Amino acid sequence: MKGRLLRCCDASGCRAAGGRQLQAALAAVPGVPPLKPVGCLRLCSLGPLVADDDPAGSVLYGGLCPAQAPALVERSAAMAEQRISPDLPFLALQRPVVLETCGLVDPQRIDDAIAAGTYAVVARMLERLSPAEVREQVRRSGLRGRGGAGYPTALKWDTVALQPPGPRWIVCNADEGDPGAFMDRSVLEGDPHRLLAGLLIAAYAVGASRGYVYVRAEYPLAISRLRRALEQARATGWLGRGIAGSRLDLELEVRVGAGAYVCGEETALLASIAGGRGTPRPRPPYPAEQGLDGAPTLINNVETLAALPAILREGGDWYAAMGIEGSRGTKVFSLSGDVRYTGLLEVPFGLPLRTVVATMGGGTFSGGPIKAVQTGGPSGGCVPAEQLDVPVAYESLRQLGTILGSGGMVVLGSAVVMPELALYFMRFCRQESCGKCVPCRAGTMQLEQLLERFVARQAVPADLERLESLCQMVAATSLCGLGQAAPSPVLSTLRWFRQEYEAACGGEGP
Amino acid sequence: MGFPTASDAKPDTSAARACGRRQDALIEILHRLQERKGHLAPEVLAAVARELALPPSRVLGVASFYHLFRLAPPAPHRCVVCLGTACFVRGGPALMAVLERRLGCRAGGPPGAAGWALAAGDCLGACGLAPLVMADGQLLRDLPLADGEALASRFTAAGLP
Repeated sequence: MKGRLLRCCDASGCRAAGGRQLQAALAAVPGVPPLKPVGCLRLCSLGPLVADDDPAGSVLYGGLCPAQAPALVERSAAMAEQRISPDLPFLALQRPVVLETCGLVDPQRIDDAIAAGTYAVVARMLERLSPAEVREQVRRSGLRGRGGAGYPTALKWDTVALQPPGPRWIVCNADEGDPGAFMDRSVLEGDPHRLLAGLLIAAYAVGASRGYVYVRAEYPLAISRLRRALEQARATGWLGRGIAGSRLDLELEVRVGAGAYVCGEETALLASIAGGRGTPRPRPPYPAEQGLDGAPTLINNVETLAALPAILREGGDWYAAMGIEGSRGTKVFSLSGDVRYTGLLEVPFGLPLRTVVATMGGGTFSGGPIKAVQTGGPSGGCVPAEQLDVPVAYESLRQLGTILGSGGMVVLGSAVVMPELALYFMRFCRQESCGKCVPCRAGTMQLEQLLERFVARQAVPADLERLESLCQMVAATSLCGLGQAAPSPVLSTLRWFRQEYEAACGGEGP
Repeated sequence: MGFPTASDAKPDTSAARACGRRQDALIEILHRLQERKGHLAPEVLAAVARELALPPSRVLGVASFYHLFRLAPPAPHRCVVCLGTACFVRGGPALMAVLERRLGCRAGGPPGAAGWALAAGDCLGACGLAPLVMADGQLLRDLPLADGEALASRFTAAGLP
């Protein structure tokens, strides 16, 4: 590092907190050091954030307003209150792998990504590794799909790669729809070139030469930065034909959704890419066998792909050394809800959930005890306070009746009434049900009506039985993951907070 | 739907042309047309169907499937209460109730006072500032939920009737 540099968080969270006005004010201060707009600096609730780098080290400031710009530039003593200690557990316990350059590089400049070595990994791979060797490294890493299902990435890649010769597609699922989840958005906004490098690695490993990135329309900043990154990659030969002088060809297009949660389901996503209604279809055949145009199609989530450059650079064994059996490496989470420190964090698997929400998150915002932690969004459930020592991993959370999901983590304080939370998620699923299969279309509607009775405290004991049996039926018979998992928040809250449902059974019935 | 007027008679085909009349670009074309016209009127959808050589039912089917496509003109003003999970657990529903009373309309229903429509929004992406309200694109944060008067004056300052 040469001189002083102010890294200004330019992600959605800090922009909402006034980050752009702050940047403009900084730029107007005479003698201001170079400003660099960067991706998420993690601690969204203390935004807007600025990191003041100089050769002696880096200091993070939060909660800044434009009027403080001169004081920040002068490093006046008054700024001490705005200083965020690097020892704050929220920052100190992070282990950035996917996010290793998020917050350091300017997401709008490919030369910055190249200087950070993002594309050098791809060049080295094209020179030295065969596609089979790349798949072997990913197998050794133990990487599993980060979109929620947790399918082993190398297995999916092998399925695509070992299909009969012919064209193959690659699709990046960036339709991050769980309310309370913003991991993928942070990667797209903060380090889009890392995602492109991941796509190049995956395309090479499975032999795909065309593909799409499907982004939800609700992420305008992510879409514009991704489009810009694609243009820059095309202009510098990192996309197109004969990439980096190799035989790898890859053409990528951005497809923007139009507000349909179900499009995160892979077959619905493919229908939407083809310009149709986003309705799922039965599997098999899996998209890995028959996807776009009937050709084998690899569909990976943003975070899965963004983990690849570090895995290839350091080796699969290095990645597998982090985490625990069955859940290797690191995971990005978005922590929000009734919690003191809200934001983005990446930690190794296996860390106790309590460490994440109480130590890193700093406990509740409202000051009371933590009642539960909701994971996995509308497809997940709650971990009650007495189970907070569970290690954060795929299987351990499943045993508690919830899922790791894509990484949304919402802390619930004592004010949250569980049947209301269950109703909230059921309403979401009813609105987002595509209507193709009856169990989901009619079942979510009936479950919503039943839950409304509990919230109004007008349920009768027989409603509790109806609720449980209907949950089982919808889960067992729905066509896709949306319907199959829609009862999860109900079943989970029934498991841990049954007394709240029973207490609501005082009514006369309908 | 009324009879097309003279200005509607000439359908806007530029969006379809810009996308090479590709049938798989239907969603992109609808996005562009809605951005330009505010909503997707029946004659607009009919023109898209002709341009892409698709059955009108297919075009309407797609336009009505996705939540972000509007088939009717939007209200003059729009107030969105974020009901992402973080805002939900930090008082979003209470804010919604206050605004429903103030604007005299229901979330997702027809507009109330002075043409203001109220909607429940998906996560606005600023969970650290929850609960959030967006009034005609202006973000309202740190709303004093416990203090009714202070809350009301914040809404007034944001131009809400």
